[in-house]
Amino acid sequence: MSIDYSLYLAKERLPHLWCPGCGHGIILKNMLISMAEMEVPREKALLACGIGCSGRAGDYVNIHRFQGTHGRTLAYVTGIKMAHPELKTFCIMGDGDCSAIGIGHLIHAARRNVDVTAIVPNNLNYGMTGGQFPPLTPGESLTSTSRSGKAEPDMDLCRLAAEAGANYVARTTVYHVVEMKKRFIEATSNKGFSLVEVITPCPTYYGRYNQLGNAHEMIEWIKNKTVPLHKYEEMSVKNQEQHFWRGKLVEKHKPDLYTRYWQHERGMDHRA
Amino acid sequence: MKKDDSIKFLQGNEACALGGITAGARFFAGYPISPASEIAELSSLLLPQRGGIYLQMEDEIASIAAVIGASLGGMKAFTSTSGPGLSLMQENIGFAIMAEAPCVIINVQRFGPSTGVATRPGQADVMAARWGTHGDHGIIVLAPTSVQECYDLTIEAFNLAEALRTPVILLTDATLAHLREKVVTKTDKELSIISRQKPHQVTGDYQPYRPGPNGVPVLPDFGDQNILRITGLVHDHDGYSTPKPQTAGDLVHRLLQKIEGATGLMPTPRYFGSNDPEIVIISFGISARSSREAVNRANDQGVKARLMQLPTIWPFPEEAVRNACSDAKAVLVAEMNSGQICREVRACGIQREKVVGVNRADTAVITPGEILQAIKEVMIL
Repeated sequence: MSIDYSLYLAKERLPHLWCPGCGHGIILKNMLISMAEMEVPREKALLACGIGCSGRAGDYVNIHRFQGTHGRTLAYVTGIKMAHPELKTFCIMGDGDCSAIGIGHLIHAARRNVDVTAIVPNNLNYGMTGGQFPPLTPGESLTSTSRSGKAEPDMDLCRLAAEAGANYVARTTVYHVVEMKKRFIEATSNKGFSLVEVITPCPTYYGRYNQLGNAHEMIEWIKNKTVPLHKYEEMSVKNQEQHFWRGKLVEKHKPDLYTRYWQHERGMDHRA
Repeated sequence: MKKDDSIKFLQGNEACALGGITAGARFFAGYPISPASEIAELSSLLLPQRGGIYLQMEDEIASIAAVIGASLGGMKAFTSTSGPGLSLMQENIGFAIMAEAPCVIINVQRFGPSTGVATRPGQADVMAARWGTHGDHGIIVLAPTSVQECYDLTIEAFNLAEALRTPVILLTDATLAHLREKVVTKTDKELSIISRQKPHQVTGDYQPYRPGPNGVPVLPDFGDQNILRITGLVHDHDGYSTPKPQTAGDLVHRLLQKIEGATGLMPTPRYFGSNDPEIVIISFGISARSSREAVNRANDQGVKARLMQLPTIWPFPEEAVRNACSDAKAVLVAEMNSGQICREVRACGIQREKVVGVNRADTAVITPGEILQAIKEVMIL
């Protein structure tokens, strides 16, 4: 049965600006479907976006939308959620936005356990600016600023968020659409900081530089590069470097920032 | 004798925190920095007692971001910092201008540039406050001269921020921050407190950025029935991004006009000394305090001098400055920097050779004696 998510979608804004074969539309659609399944009231939903390709997701929704400066999304929503703890808040931040310029705010939002669902579409490069390498680009990759292969190693954003204190962390891909929706619902249902990284194709830049073929072939490439977390953990380090893991890394239920703040200040709470 | 709670003995920093909370602020986010720390400390103590939030963020970028977020969630919000923090906040101050998120930034100036001298005063952030963020924009900057004005102008800063949906910067300095003086406080009932307008009706096709009265849009808060769409990108009346030249031009023009057209709401210059001056001294903040004493001494010695104190620095009160200076033989501009306001006074069209800077930029407060000396020097010419 198909879920009607049209309540949340600004249909009149379509077609979107994303390139043919881009996975951002698939991720946005799954986010909206998960909202529909959870029956989130339209006016109690907020999409906070970063800057870059995925940041434009906010232009296609009919719910409260916030788009701030590059990298700072989680700092803004920390303020928003203290003013409005009941808002179901989704943050869509690209891999560059979240893992480079915004990495400090990710660590501290996870540590504070701000009650948001952070979705990181990881297309392995900065798409909007022409395909440069952010921290999550795998080592040796060809990009517009690493023509002879990326010298720097990449990093595991999920493990960092988990270590920093996130309540929920998972990784999936646009190939695994059913799993993606399930992860979004799990993440949003778990109060506190949740992060779901979604590996997604950028056939325009990353795929073209690294000769990964057309959009369809690139999704196949992602599928073949991805293994379940338990299998990944059994691999040799050398083999791990050639693969992405997918699955659920952390699922905890620590109280979120707002709850802790008022538990702590309760003695002084003069509100009704 | 009945104790009068309204009269207090406060530091400038404490007066700023109390002023903000009296104005209705219920959210503060900041990062520790000298010489602004007491504003955060007092806010952390008082805000939770009033149902408000104090957050200590990971840096000043996050602090102003959280303030903007809370503001768009409907809370009156502020932060405090000093020069290095103001530099870090600049991108998001521009965002707050573009997104029309009301907020107050209290910048306790210290000697700079860079880390400078963290505990000593300066007045060299005048241009950073005006032009620090990129792109064409208007900004309101107020500067208190006493601890009483720290209290009063913080309230004014919130009123202007809320009325015009824009960030307002308050420029104090390390001396005022830690100076203790008598302050007459008021309750919010005794003051005219302005809060932002909100849409009265819920409509499906609500246009958040349709210009309202005086060019100020009437925006809902996040979580309201009317949907709010915020972006730092050029946006249409619906809040959706667009690169159309007409929309971009109209938007930037409106944002500038909204500030320039509202100077009537802003605190006007204060005058002290001779009503028929030969010498006009223009000053602001702690320098105006020394200037006032210098003017008193000059008047006592028979020199017709007058102080023009600027509580509003930006938008620069050009017309008032021209009027005040038109008949003067000389105009002295006293400030603890290398001539940032002096440059503006000259830009008002006042004869260049008539305008003389009285500057001190070495971590010390400019003294009445130095200003009096400068008055005497121009009298001889």
